[in-house]
Amino acid sequence: MSAQALTLFWPFCLFIVILFIIGFYCLLVTFNLIRALIGLELLIKAVTLLLVLVGYVTRHEALIQSLVITLIVMEVVIIAVAAGIVLGLHQHNKSLDVRQLRNLKG
Amino acid sequence: MLALNIDIVVLFLMALSALWTVMTRSLLRSAIGLALTSAMLTILMFRLHAPLAAVFELSVCSGLISVVFIATISLTQPMSQEKVLQHMKDRLERFWYLPILLILTGIVLSFLNLKFNLILPAPEIEKDPRIVLWNQRPLDLLGQIIMLLTGAFGIVILFREAKKK
Repeated sequence: MSAQALTLFWPFCLFIVILFIIGFYCLLVTFNLIRALIGLELLIKAVTLLLVLVGYVTRHEALIQSLVITLIVMEVVIIAVAAGIVLGLHQHNKSLDVRQLRNLKG
Repeated sequence: MLALNIDIVVLFLMALSALWTVMTRSLLRSAIGLALTSAMLTILMFRLHAPLAAVFELSVCSGLISVVFIATISLTQPMSQEKVLQHMKDRLERFWYLPILLILTGIVLSFLNLKFNLILPAPEIEKDPRIVLWNQRPLDLLGQIIMLLTGAFGIVILFREAKKK
């Protein structure tokens, strides 16, 4: 590990942990379905930054970039399908509050 | 040293925009905050020598996902004034712990300052992510295509169900 990468690693890790906590807290505390998706997005962003940082430190930038591109594609699909599900639930219940989702059957 | 300072400023801005995304009352502002967080992440990716991934992040996460969120927000019904007032009280009770938790975590982690002595693999020779993606990891591309098709079919089925009802 080069000296420059070593000095970068810890401050980045600190902020990645902070970003992860923000996303996780949002996911835990919110009752709104759209805000839960936003929390999930923040978690994915923390993971993305961690991957890019590790790629920079280990000098495997090309491999990590290809992994990050795959991650971004997955992220888009997950968010698009989840947004569709949220819209469907809103049409059924006229609410985005998870506490109102009590009529699930099966 | 200057480069590290710039990185820390951008990291701080990213954390602030993420906090604003979570704390703000309006969902629309949350979506804008998320786009801002993505833009900050893009700057960091450029600085960490990942330009192709950064361009993807900027165009897809900052652009497309924001559009998806804003479309979802505009298609859902806004709350009545009474509900909004009640909701504001509830939100304040639930979210005021977050800044305190973040400050405590920041203080604890900055005092810890762990040293990592990792045994790292040798640096790779291939520097072009396009060659890595097409030649070394073609299964990833197959996975991406399958995911995209799954997403497309999922959305088509969801909207078809909604139309029938």
